[in-house]
Amino acid sequence: MKGISSKWKWLLLFSCITICFGIYPEARTNAFSSQIIQKGAVGDDVIELQARLQNIGYYRGKIDGVYGWGTYWALRNFQQDFGLPIDGIAGATTKQKLTNASNFNKAWVHEQINKGNEFTYYGGVPIENQVKAKGNGSGGSASKKTPSDTTTSANLPGGYSQNDIQLMANAVYGESRGEPYTGQVAVAAVILNRVESAAFPNSISGVIFEPGAFTAVADGQIWLTPNERAKEAVVDAINGWDPSENAEYYFNPETATSKWIWSRPQIKKIGKHIFCN
Amino acid sequence: MIRNIVIALLVVGVAGTAFWGYQEHKEKNAVLIHAENSYQRAFHDLSYQVDLLHDKVGSTLAMNTRHSLSPALTDVWRITSEAQSDVGQLPLTLLPFNKTEEFLSKIADFSYKTAVRDLEKEPLNDQEYSTLQSLYAQAADVQGELRKVQYLTLKNHLRWMDVEMALATGKENSDNTIIDGLKTVEKKVTGYGEANEMNPTFTSSEQRDENFKNLQGKPISKKEAIATAKSYTHSKSGNVEVNVEENGKGSGYGFYSVSILDKDSNAELNMDLTKKGGYPIWYINNRDVNKTNIDLNQAYTKAQEFLKEHDFNSLELFESAQYDNIALLNFVSSENGVKIYPDSVKIKIALDDGAVIGFSADEYLKAHKTREIATPTISEKEARDKINVNVKIMEEGKALIINDLGKEVLCFEFLGTIKEDTYRIFINADTGQEEKVEKLKNSEPVYENLI
Repeated sequence: MKGISSKWKWLLLFSCITICFGIYPEARTNAFSSQIIQKGAVGDDVIELQARLQNIGYYRGKIDGVYGWGTYWALRNFQQDFGLPIDGIAGATTKQKLTNASNFNKAWVHEQINKGNEFTYYGGVPIENQVKAKGNGSGGSASKKTPSDTTTSANLPGGYSQNDIQLMANAVYGESRGEPYTGQVAVAAVILNRVESAAFPNSISGVIFEPGAFTAVADGQIWLTPNERAKEAVVDAINGWDPSENAEYYFNPETATSKWIWSRPQIKKIGKHIFCN
Repeated sequence: MIRNIVIALLVVGVAGTAFWGYQEHKEKNAVLIHAENSYQRAFHDLSYQVDLLHDKVGSTLAMNTRHSLSPALTDVWRITSEAQSDVGQLPLTLLPFNKTEEFLSKIADFSYKTAVRDLEKEPLNDQEYSTLQSLYAQAADVQGELRKVQYLTLKNHLRWMDVEMALATGKENSDNTIIDGLKTVEKKVTGYGEANEMNPTFTSSEQRDENFKNLQGKPISKKEAIATAKSYTHSKSGNVEVNVEENGKGSGYGFYSVSILDKDSNAELNMDLTKKGGYPIWYINNRDVNKTNIDLNQAYTKAQEFLKEHDFNSLELFESAQYDNIALLNFVSSENGVKIYPDSVKIKIALDDGAVIGFSADEYLKAHKTREIATPTISEKEARDKINVNVKIMEEGKALIINDLGKEVLCFEFLGTIKEDTYRIFINADTGQEEKVEKLKNSEPVYENLI
């Protein structure tokens, strides 16, 4: 008895799911997911948005899967011309109008992205003429990426490049890889506090490579490959998290050799590090 | 026979080792000399720049017209920046040399702000002139002391590598001319003390309420701090380990650091709260987020709910961005349609279950106060006319920002484009002055995919 009833339940559930996810959206839109796309979003929906806007001549930038300013203005212009509320947010109505007005060849666009080709997707021009294959023609970058990860650009906190973040992540990892996450964010924050401070160099590289400033720089541990956690800590610090509470120095009491560092007024302790002013 | 072979092998071994050792020694010396030379270059360059600085500041004292004063002050600004960069290349981190560095940055601030000012309309006032005179005198002292150290270094062939060693091992009390000389420089600069405080308009960074003085409320106890932190965890589990600590003496303000470790899920929440009023400054609830189940827009809704729950009213979304599986949302205050940029709150949402995994109200707590927002004296049309004709204006609004001089000013805010680039332009709503023009960043290509 029990077995049969649960079987029925499963069947019912299954058909419900099929109706909800399989058939129903198919009938309405055959492209975008249900996501409401706003500025700052990344992913396949953004690729489609950019490609469709380019197809009808609104978007002239690169189709890279990151909703930046170029995409924002393109979408707003589209919304204006099609009598939609101008908010730069691709909700259900906007997506529907856009889908009706434009073409999108998903397989083709994703193929170009995966191959790393330079391409555009304007309407009225045969797509074969809009591709410039990658220089060496090896298409090697496709193997580096997981299939779902098709975006070719990245959002970055204001004023910093990926390389700045990498350099800081190197320093943070070299200095504090055994520390709790907050401790790592704090170390990154100290670097940024020093850049701001009058008593230290005015750039990230200047602060990190100041002779004697960081042990990890002196003993070469800065050149270890940092993990994602260190990078996340750096991005958090750049975005305004400062667990060190405005500290400009820190030291490990077990290994510190300088007596002078003990004379600095201490703020707090995170993990093994004491942060001070 | 065997003995001879063993002896021969040993001889070869010894000779080989000696040769190898000699090679290593040579290489090590080469590396040391290389490092020493770069220290020497930085040091001699520093004293040259300070020489130059002294002369240039001296000549500005005799100048009177904008025509010559502005370029001269700009030059002073450039030289201080060179000198600062030299200091940054010397192994002085463990030596108290801060005051000297601050002295350089003060000259830099002063010269920059006077150089960019329209000296025709607003010439140097008496106070600024006396500031310039005192900077000249201080520069002379620093120059003198540095020259002394430089002379001794050259005369006695002193090595900066020894300085580095002495500082690193903490044996700085032993006789070391360079260290002693630099300590004298530092002492001289410190000696000018507070009397030398610059005109208030030049201490822009100190104008901010760094120490949360604007906050209202009574001091809270450790227990209350824990209770507040707990209200942010939403953890149903009773199996938690709570830790709370007070700030050390070095902090400019009182705060508690609370950590709550949920032993079941091993998730840890860290939070700092101000003692006065018990406002959370930031919190981090770090965990791995490996999936994206909700989109940025849903994350925005979650963040709004969070803000409502914790009594942050009148905040509106300023920026949102998605990093892998995390959404970062930046909110700013808004009053009667005026965006108040200094009041900013940042929220991190995990895109797997929409939980708030980070929150920072640092800037908000430092900047937020009840403000009287004046009405603009110029019209939007007039402000618009001030903008470069090449900019195609797309969006407009009103905003309160902190300008170059560290003052809060009411502005008209315009978003516009030139070709593919987007700019944010602030026009002062009283004077019509262009306060700030920012080129907004586009997303950056992932280089790994370009190579």
